[in-house]
Formats: sequence, structure tokens, C-alpha cells
Amino acid sequence: MSDAQVKTLGERQAFPPLLSVDGIKVHYGAIQALKGVSLTVGKGEVVALIGANGAGKTSTLRAVSGMLKPSGGRIQFNGHDTTTLKAHQLVPRGMAHAPEGRGVFPNMTVQENLELGAYLRTDTSGIQADLEKSFTLFPVLKERRKQMAGTLSGGEQQMLAIARALLSKPQLLLLDEPSLGLAPQVTEAIFRTLREVNATGVSVLLVEQNAHLALNAAHYGYVLETGEVVMAGPGKALLESAEVRRAYLGE
Amino acid sequence: METPAIPVPEARSVVPASLRGLLPVLLALPVLALFQWLMSDAPFASYLLSVVGVNIILAVSLNIVNGMTGQFSIGHAGFMAVGAYISGVLSLNLKDIALSFLPVAVSDQVFFVLSLLVGGLAAALCGFLVGLPSLRLRGDYLAIVTLGFGEIIRVVVQNTDAFGRALGLSGIPQTSSPAMVYFFVFLTVLVARRITGSSHGRSLWAIREDEVAAEAMGVDTTGYKVRAFVISSFFAGIAGALFAHFVPIINPGSFTFVKSMEIVVMVVLGGLGSTTGAIVAATFLTLLPEGLRSLFTVLGAEGSLAQKVDQIRMPVYGLLLVVLMLARPQGLFGTKEIWDVLPRWIPRKRRGLA
Repeated sequence: MSDAQVKTLGERQAFPPLLSVDGIKVHYGAIQALKGVSLTVGKGEVVALIGANGAGKTSTLRAVSGMLKPSGGRIQFNGHDTTTLKAHQLVPRGMAHAPEGRGVFPNMTVQENLELGAYLRTDTSGIQADLEKSFTLFPVLKERRKQMAGTLSGGEQQMLAIARALLSKPQLLLLDEPSLGLAPQVTEAIFRTLREVNATGVSVLLVEQNAHLALNAAHYGYVLETGEVVMAGPGKALLESAEVRRAYLGE
Repeated sequence: METPAIPVPEARSVVPASLRGLLPVLLALPVLALFQWLMSDAPFASYLLSVVGVNIILAVSLNIVNGMTGQFSIGHAGFMAVGAYISGVLSLNLKDIALSFLPVAVSDQVFFVLSLLVGGLAAALCGFLVGLPSLRLRGDYLAIVTLGFGEIIRVVVQNTDAFGRALGLSGIPQTSSPAMVYFFVFLTVLVARRITGSSHGRSLWAIREDEVAAEAMGVDTTGYKVRAFVISSFFAGIAGALFAHFVPIINPGSFTFVKSMEIVVMVVLGGLGSTTGAIVAATFLTLLPEGLRSLFTVLGAEGSLAQKVDQIRMPVYGLLLVVLMLARPQGLFGTKEIWDVLPRWIPRKRRGLA
């Protein structure tokens, strides 16, 4: 599929623009991981990026958050061209990335992990308030605030990763495989919290293999295949489409 | 960028904030003067203590990179060599000059400190040049590059007339003293401890724990790694420069890969990330051959084993490391400091002080 047409289903709910990714390419040496991915995320929107292993979901996310330098294309965030900016320049502009595999700091306490989330902030009282907020969002973290993050369960680590990312006060939260290796109930709890987070106005770009969960939670979804977007549409519409059901929902 | 991740509680103090940074230095000076006075009649003890001091500087500075930042540098002797040779050559050239408005001894010390700083800066520059390309990458590249750097420096020195080739440099004015060495030991430890407690230290710690996550939190990982590496190289250069001013001759044989490994062993033994661990390990490993020598002499093995202590040193290190890895894989103190590990008779408050 070299010149894939993006099959678009249904009408997209209107959100003011926040992130627009325009034809980004990513190469790992000679291997091309992304062949020109375009997508947009609106303010307050939850967008899911689904696809099989190796489709380029994580690469897309890493390019957006500045951890990877795209070899082509343009990324605009909040009206500014951020294609060449690095992660540490994007965090203060309101982009937070909870990387794949959770990536908590194992030998720091839960509290220290969260404080590092506020790494670039200087408003001590604001940080305190947001710490409390994340403890109401994830009560289990409050119980374990003095515990080493490495001793938490997988689900708790994922919650910590999300809470930590939120402490940078992002406009856009990039989430990479929050369901990875978690029990279904834990995953559902995390997705419930995600909706609460979204309700406070934070946009979410979500990468998931669990298409069912992701599309249910998302306003809009993109299907990625071998480095290209092949399908797009509102979450519900994608869930109902025969192709998605066949390819990703095992029907 | 210097935003504290943790709100630091306001410390109440009678000393104005602007002077607080200088206070430890001012307190150290009379102690060092007394120390110098006590040492003045014991040349061998002075020499040995100076070697211990230099090794402490090397271990503590390497710990900033290998311990606090979790990178792996194995070419510390290379930076030490840069400091030693640059400052050595400088001192040789300044030997006959004296500042006329100062007593000769004072003027010598002024030039000594000057050449120390030049040696340190030269090493820091090398650290920057070596660190910038290799620290942009994650993983083992730094180890390979620093290994190469150490060898390159040695070979360059060995083949440069100005550095005395394989014969080495002799006649460098012996202006160093234990007090001077320990003043810089003190400065190095102070800087290392200040880094640990600062937001800079937090960033390094985050990098050590999980570099990807640190990057995602907004830590400029490359920048912090390079800065840590440059600081570390600077002190390695200072250590080399001090060394050059109290040993009768410096030659490339003093700065081989074996020396680099010795420093790595000190840091690992003390616990990666522990400044006091590095100090204890450096002291222990430097005095170990002397201890063995005395032991063998007492046992009556004079002339045989006692003479060979320097040769059996490396197998002893190896054995020590194997035992350590089996018994205490995190090193003596792990990432903690001595007052976190030893019983509570050392008040916990000191953690905030240092």
C-alpha cells in the first residue's frame, strides 16, 4: 500500500485545533517506520491511535513529543511549529508524554516521582495543589506516597506514570499503551480516570493495542498500518466498521 | 532551568545567605593549616596522604558521572593525565618567575594554584569534546569513547617531546602539600554534595533511574549529562595536576587503563552514587598495598612478598570486587551516604548540611 487512501468514516465532532501532524516521516537507519502520518487532535479531544505491532504508533508519539526527530513533515502544536523542538522544550509548552512501559523512576518514592513530573514548574503552591489533585484522582498513590515506585504493582505504576505526566500541567497528554500487561479491571479503572482527566480539559492522544477500549474512550480514532494512516473516524464509527472489527477486534 | 523539584524548607541561620556558601571553606582552612603543621616532619606520610587525597578526588569526581548520572566512563586516568601534563609543563615554564611583591613561597603557591586551574580547565575542555558527541547517545558509547580517549592521551604523551615522551616529566616544582591536596579534596566533595542536593542532582538522578522518562519529564538529558561529565573531568584534571606537583616524575605509565580501572573499582566498591562511599573506598584501596606490605613484613616475608605488593594489587582488587558483588552488589553504601547507613549516632540533620 504505497499510496494508501485514508478511508474516513462518519463526521468528526468539532474541537478547536491543538495539535496537527502533517505527513511526518521517521527513519531508523535505513528502515522507514513512518511513511507520512497525518493526524490532528483538538482541544479537549481524546484521540486514539490503534494498530498492530510495528505499525508506527509509538514512533508517531515519540516524534510528536520531541523524543525522535522526524525526517520529514511538520508538527504544529498550539499554533507553533514544533517539528524540530526537543522533549525538554515541549514540556513547558504543555505537552506531556507517559512513555511506553510506564517508565517510573524505580528507586524514588511515589512522591518523588510525582515531584519530578513538576520538574519545570516553579509555582510551589500550584504544585502542592496539583499533587493533592492527583491523589484524589488516584487514591492508591496517596497510600503509597512514601513507597519506592519500583515496588508498586503494574497498574499502580501506570497510574503513577499518568499522574506524573499530569503534574507538568499539560494541555496534551500523550499516552503510550496504558493497558500494557495489566489486568482488564485495572485497565478499565485507568480508562475511567482518563475520562475524568479529559473532563478537566486535557486533550489526550492515546496509543493502544486494545482497540476496543481505546475506541470506546476516544472521540476520534486513527488506524495505523505499516507506517501509514489507513483509516480514520469517530471512535464509535470505527468500532462498528467491519474492517476494524475483523483486523483488531478478532471477529 | 534551575527549578527545584522539591520545595526546600527555609533553613534558619545567623550567617547571611550570600556568605553561607563560603562558610564550609572558611571553616576548613584553619583545620588544614593545623594538619599541614602536623605533617611537616613526616615526608612519607605526607606523600601517602597526598596520594590518598588525589585518589579521593578522582573517585568522587568519577562518581558524579558513573554513580549519580548512571553513565559509564572508564577513561578517568586520561583526564587526570591531561591535568597533570598541562599543569606540569606550565609549572616548568613558570619555575623561574616570581611575583616580586610577594614572598617567594607565596608566589610559588600562586603559580601552583594557577597551573592547577589551567590543568583542570584543559581536562574539562577535553571532557566537553569527548562528552558532547558520545553523551547524545544512550548506552555504552561513553565507555567505548572514554576507553579510547584514555589510550589516545597516553600515546600522544608518549610521543610528544614537550611531554618528555616515555621518560616523563621531571623537575616540576614540588609545590604541593597535603594541606593543598585536601583543600581540593574538600572542594570536590563540597561540589559533589551540592550537586546531589540541588535540582541539578535531581535531574542526574532521574537520568540514572530512567533516561526516557527523565526526557519525558522535560529534563534536558544531553545537557545535564555533558555538564556532569565536564565537572567530573575538571576535577580529574585537578587531581592530575596536584599529583604532578608532589611526585618526583610523571610518566605515561602513571595514567594507563589500569589506573582508570582502579578509580572505577573505588567508585563501585563505595557504592555507585555515594560520595562518602567513594571517599572510604578510595582511602581503603590506596592504603591497602601499604597495609599488606607491613603485614608481610611483620610475617617475616620480607624481600619476597612485601616487595611484590604492587604486583599483587590487581588480583586483590579483582578478588575484592567478586566478594563485593556476591555479598553486597550495591557497593558499601549503595546510593546512600555514610550517615544514612551507619547507626544513628550521627544526627540525621547532617544530610541537609553537606
